[in-house]
Amino acid sequence: MNAKALIQGSSLTKNLDVQFTKNWDICDENGRVRDTEMNWEVPVTGTIYGVALNYRETLQAYESAFQEKPYNKPPEAPVLYIKPKNTWTPHQAPVYVPEDVSELQTGPALGVVLKQTATQVSPEDALDFVAGYTVVNDVHIPHESLHRPAIKEQARDRFCPIGPWVLNTSEISDPDHLQIKTYVNDQLVHEANTSSLVRSVRHLISDVTAFMSLGKGDVLMVGVPHGTPRVKSSDTVKVEIEKVGILENTIQPE
Amino acid sequence: MRKGRIAIGGSIQEVVQQEDGVQLSDGRTYKEEEVTWLPPVEPQTTFVLGLNYADHASELAFEPPKEPLVFLKGPNTFIGHNAETKRPEEATHMHYECELAVVIGKQGKHIKQAEAYDYVEGYTIANDYAIRDYLENYYRPNLKVKNRDTCTPIGPWITSKEAIQDPMNLALRTKVNGVTTQEGTTKDMVFSIPFLIEYLSSFMTLQPDDVILTGTPKGLAKVNAGDIVEAEVEGLGTLKNTIIAKPE
Repeated sequence: MNAKALIQGSSLTKNLDVQFTKNWDICDENGRVRDTEMNWEVPVTGTIYGVALNYRETLQAYESAFQEKPYNKPPEAPVLYIKPKNTWTPHQAPVYVPEDVSELQTGPALGVVLKQTATQVSPEDALDFVAGYTVVNDVHIPHESLHRPAIKEQARDRFCPIGPWVLNTSEISDPDHLQIKTYVNDQLVHEANTSSLVRSVRHLISDVTAFMSLGKGDVLMVGVPHGTPRVKSSDTVKVEIEKVGILENTIQPE
Repeated sequence: MRKGRIAIGGSIQEVVQQEDGVQLSDGRTYKEEEVTWLPPVEPQTTFVLGLNYADHASELAFEPPKEPLVFLKGPNTFIGHNAETKRPEEATHMHYECELAVVIGKQGKHIKQAEAYDYVEGYTIANDYAIRDYLENYYRPNLKVKNRDTCTPIGPWITSKEAIQDPMNLALRTKVNGVTTQEGTTKDMVFSIPFLIEYLSSFMTLQPDDVILTGTPKGLAKVNAGDIVEAEVEGLGTLKNTIIAKPE
């Protein structure tokens, strides 16, 4: 499998083509595992957008609430938010639990990385605008209400682990059937599949770019599944997306 | 001092204001109308305040919030001075929103109100257009209303903070086709600039070129294709742009 990674070297940051094995180990072209230590960096540069309510199980859970105040009716357009730069954190770096909370909610999500500016793209053409796929853990402070923008819950420093790499789009023919596994302290505690997306990757790109352009290097997280696990200080979280990669971070006190 | 970013002669240039014009770093000067204006800052994380003027909140039939109502914008939405904002032909409720924009100059976390201005580089004007036809009650105001391409003109200049004696006492005014439709003062903000810097930096790190759009006072009016909209903030200049029709 071929991917692009950003790795911090001793003197300069390198944008490398990497290859990895079935066990996610970095290897050479003959499949021999390299045992050197890697200092991973965030492998993307653009704006990271998240999408709420894009798994069918989540929509079902909210179904009756959608008819009541403050929502009054179900959402029509994709429900978007931004994970700003202060939240970005690479593979194997810590995520800090703020002093004012005890638990964080994990947010395993497939990240779609844009290859070029996408404006009013049709679902048929949408995947032509994709450079590759990455793993995101859209960490947030648990919150029920979706009424107001939740930047205090979503935009704390280091709340968006992403990486380790961006998998070339040629390695994935169908982004809508990828299994997503979340491990806490090496125990498999949650599974989901992108086949449960309300808007498939193609339709999401189309419906978002209908009203705002996505730029080269931007990341569209296609959604966080329902009922993701919560974690606390000293836990280790791994998010593994079939074919795409595995993203590991430790949770530490602030 | 006032700084801007322009395109001229096939390149992007940082300029300073000169009498009746701009000066490039190599000394060449141009008249303001000869250059293509870009946003004076390439906004990094951009915070926008909703309902931060009590009169505007009541105009929209809301109580002013008890905690700042903050949303974020992406880079696709920004354009410079004298540029065009696309208005979907189907829209019936497109409004301008004249706002004081605060440009952060220094990294900081847990900043106290008393030190807040140490982290400010300067100020500019933003026009935070909203298309209320697309409002939904999910993360409201949602990005379809507030993060559309070309819908956030910003500029023309960054005026250094030293040139502004009291940013909490500046008149704001919007004119549509030369007629004043919105007037207010930054005195009436619900949450002041130092309060907002303390609040935001209490849970996230602010970085240089982060921008805070501090909200708009009362005086909404609809805009239509062909309208020329001028947003003014006392001491910062006039940010002008034109509404154009965009077929769906």
